[in-house]
Amino acid sequence: MIELTNISKTFGPGPGQVEAVKDVTLSIEKGKIFGIIGFSGAGKSTLVRCINLLESPTKGTVVVDRQELTSLSSKELRAARKRIGMIFQHFNLMRSRTVFGNVAYPLHGSGLSKKDIAKKVRSLLRLVDIAEKEKAYPSQLSGGQKQRVAIARALANDPKVLLCDEATSALDPQTTNAILHLLKRLNEQMGITVVVITHEMAVVKEICDRVAVMEKGQVVEEGEVFSIFANPCQPVTKDFIRTTSNLQKIDELLKYNSPVAQLKPGELIVKLFYVQKNVSEPLISTVSRKFDLDLNIIFSDIEIVQNAPIGGTVAIISGEQRQIEKAMEYLIEKNVGVEVIADARVSE
Amino acid sequence: MQEFLNNIIPNLMGKLPTFYQSIMDTLIMAGWSGAISFVLGLVLGLAIIVTKPGGILQNNVLFQVLDKIINFFRSIPFIILLTGVMPLSRLIMGTAIGVEGAIVPLVFGTVPFFSRQIESALAEIDHGLIEAALSMGSSPLEIIFRVYLKESIAGIARGTTITAISLLGLTAMAGVVGAGGLGDFAIRYGHDRNMTDVTYVTIIVLVLTVSAIQLLGNYVAKKNTH
Repeated sequence: MIELTNISKTFGPGPGQVEAVKDVTLSIEKGKIFGIIGFSGAGKSTLVRCINLLESPTKGTVVVDRQELTSLSSKELRAARKRIGMIFQHFNLMRSRTVFGNVAYPLHGSGLSKKDIAKKVRSLLRLVDIAEKEKAYPSQLSGGQKQRVAIARALANDPKVLLCDEATSALDPQTTNAILHLLKRLNEQMGITVVVITHEMAVVKEICDRVAVMEKGQVVEEGEVFSIFANPCQPVTKDFIRTTSNLQKIDELLKYNSPVAQLKPGELIVKLFYVQKNVSEPLISTVSRKFDLDLNIIFSDIEIVQNAPIGGTVAIISGEQRQIEKAMEYLIEKNVGVEVIADARVSE
Repeated sequence: MQEFLNNIIPNLMGKLPTFYQSIMDTLIMAGWSGAISFVLGLVLGLAIIVTKPGGILQNNVLFQVLDKIINFFRSIPFIILLTGVMPLSRLIMGTAIGVEGAIVPLVFGTVPFFSRQIESALAEIDHGLIEAALSMGSSPLEIIFRVYLKESIAGIARGTTITAISLLGLTAMAGVVGAGGLGDFAIRYGHDRNMTDVTYVTIIVLVLTVSAIQLLGNYVAKKNTH
């Protein structure tokens, strides 16, 4: 649906220029929710603006729905933009227009009659669950309501793509979730392709199918959300995952000699984590029974991403040395990640 | 009543026809030059906003030229401008004196100020709104009318109020080119012939006019703020 090829964007002339996006090539499949994550200044907002040419890339080509936007005249580009909706962090609603007026704005000049426009606006407002606020002005709405109106407005011309630039970053966690679920629902109901720009891994985890991680203007890692979570390669990706997982807490517990992480001789602390989608066996109890070991779970952080569990467990294992070895081999064979964090076994 | 007025403002009562004519002259001068300045200033302010770096019709040459012209005329004190544009007045209006002769300098004195007012009212518009309009496929003309102007009605009303009041002040000086008006009236009789009651009544009329303009401006601004 969206093909970005060798996109570069440089701001400013001369030696003070900034290369916001460097040679990015991305392919976004139709009907998917695609996340682009990065810390602020990574170039993700510039990159998403290259998709509808709000920023025209210095180099590279942009193809959306088989149409090369980078080669269009400004009039053709305006027509193409109507097929690409966009929502923003600060909603960007027009304060002098009511909710109805805001959603009707992009329908002006679309050839629809006044009556048809009203009909369309009302059905859009119903779609985003805000029909009752039709006559309100943006200043009378909460953040979440404003974003719903912005979504309705972005969908007015039946776009095939919806670009979301930090759409939930100004919202509280509960509202964020509601908006994310709305985006997901629209994606499922209408088959619209959604591109989500965010600096929150939780957003990616919640709704995205695929994700690209950006750093210093480049895409450093890209893949299915589950596999990125299970096997992050780049340090920046690991940083992001750490922000949504509690598993690294064990390092702190050990550092401060917490009583819950005290080992007796012969015991060890292991982190067990999912690396594949298909693990559904009751591994802990199986290991415990099969190898006659005690597993004392210190804590655990497991979530469901793309309908598969992700995360893991930190546990103290105690038992016979050889059995522990065997158990770990068994787990690895079952495609579970095993990492020994602290070891109090006496070396023989 | 007549008696009473004759007592407290004797000089003015003796000059009533001139007084009324002065009010009319002021209104005509302010009205015409105000209407012309409103249109020109609005166009100029918009042109500055859309051509400036990062604007929707970015054009550095045009922007620099407009910016410098505005600064040039803003730096000329009005009393000098009055005589400075006389040749132009003669060319456009056929005369450089009287009410007609005052309109050209009043426009030159007001447009630069008003276009800066417009510029700052339009600059209040969040760039995000422009970006949103662009993302919806709006053309530059649509953005000018349906976003910039529509969203800044309150700001424009405030700028217009300030400009109208300062224009009223400028008309007082137009007496220099023989344009008449309230300012000229007050100077000629109130000051030169020491008829203080003329001065005071003129002040009262001006204060009432300014208050009315301000009230109207505030009303329009409030009506358009949501």
